[in-house]
This record gives sequence, structure tokens and C-alpha cells, in this order.
Amino acid sequence: MLSVVINIVYLMLSLALLFAFIRLTRGPSLPDRVVALELIASIVVGYVGVHAIDTGVASFLDVAIVIALTAFLAAIGFARFVERGGVKND
Amino acid sequence: MIEILVSVLLLVGAAFMVLAAIGVLRLPDLPTRMHATTKAGALGAMMTMGGVAFYFGDSTVAARAVAIVIFIFLTAPIAAHVIGRAGYFTGTKLWAGTIKDELQERYDPVTHKLNSGLEELKYGQPTRTGKGTSNQ
Repeated sequence: MLSVVINIVYLMLSLALLFAFIRLTRGPSLPDRVVALELIASIVVGYVGVHAIDTGVASFLDVAIVIALTAFLAAIGFARFVERGGVKND
Repeated sequence: MIEILVSVLLLVGAAFMVLAAIGVLRLPDLPTRMHATTKAGALGAMMTMGGVAFYFGDSTVAARAVAIVIFIFLTAPIAAHVIGRAGYFTGTKLWAGTIKDELQERYDPVTHKLNSGLEELKYGQPTRTGKGTSNQ
């Protein structure tokens, strides 16, 4: 039963990844793309958790920690970039 | 028994992720999109990690899952605040049906200053907030 559920969850997460990717490519402004990237990182954290259950290897959770950390740093960096060197020239 | 719990947690978490993705795809402007992603995405990740913790049933794995959840819950609001601030300052257009934008008459994008709306009262000329800055 759990393997069927895991396959369904993979499918749903792939659908979510597709929607976020559409917003990433279409987003009219840079902050929209940053928001889509953050959502993609959040979805990938969920993917890694499901994959850890699927394979039975608990060490994959370290990967999830690193992805969450990198996504946060990337969001902060992008926001600094948009605010400092974006449209306005201070 | 534990399989049912794990299945429910995984399915509900994935459903929240899909909801966040639909929100980021369908909603009209930056703040509403952030409203969808930060809350629903964090909740989806939390439920998935709850499923992982219950599946392995090990204290070290559960501690790591809880650490991931705490980290996401600490950083998601900060990242959303910083991105929203940057988006507003660079002049991202709001949705045409936006009812309330309280910063619009208080914030001056040229001087980068935020007025409280009470400066006029100090000079003895109480004005309405809608025309507050243009009267002086």
C-alpha cells in the first residue's frame, strides 16, 4: 500500500514542480522568479523526504537540510541583488 | 497501522505542495503568490518530514526531521519578508483589484523614507491621509 502511495506522491510533487517551473519561466519580474525558485526548493525537500522513505536510507535527510539552507541563502542573496542593483539606481 | 499514518501524512503534504504550486501559477501578483508559497509550501514540507519521522521510528532520524521543520519555519518568513520588501521597493505592479495599499501614500520611493502620517498634526494642520503629502 505504501509503495502505491509513494508513487502517487511522486506524481503530485512532479505536477507541483511543473507548475512552479511554468511560473519560473513566465514570471514577469525577478521577484516572481525568486518566489518560484523558493517553492521549487521546498518541493525538492519534500521529494528528498519521499525518496528517503522509498529507499529506506535515512541519510538522505542530510541532503534535505542542505537544500533548505541553500534555498534560504539564495533567496536572501537574490533579494539583496534586486534591492541594491535592480531597477532603481541609488 | 503506522503505514496508514505515513501514507496520510505524505498525501496531505503533497496535496499542500500542489496547492502552493497552483497558487503561484494562478494568482495575479507578487504578494498574493508569496502568500500561497510561504504558508502552503512550508506546511507541505512539514507534513512530509512528519511522515519520514514516523516511518523510520528512530530518534536520530526524527531529530533530523524536526530540525528540518524548525529550519524551514524559521527561514520561510524571513525570506518572504526580504523578497516582498525588495519587490515593493523596485516598484513591482500590484494587482488591479488591490483594495488596500497603506504604504502607497506613506512611502516615498525617491527619498526612500516612510512617513507615519502624523507629521502634519505637529504643524497644526491636520489633513486627511489621502492628501497628506501633497498639501505641503
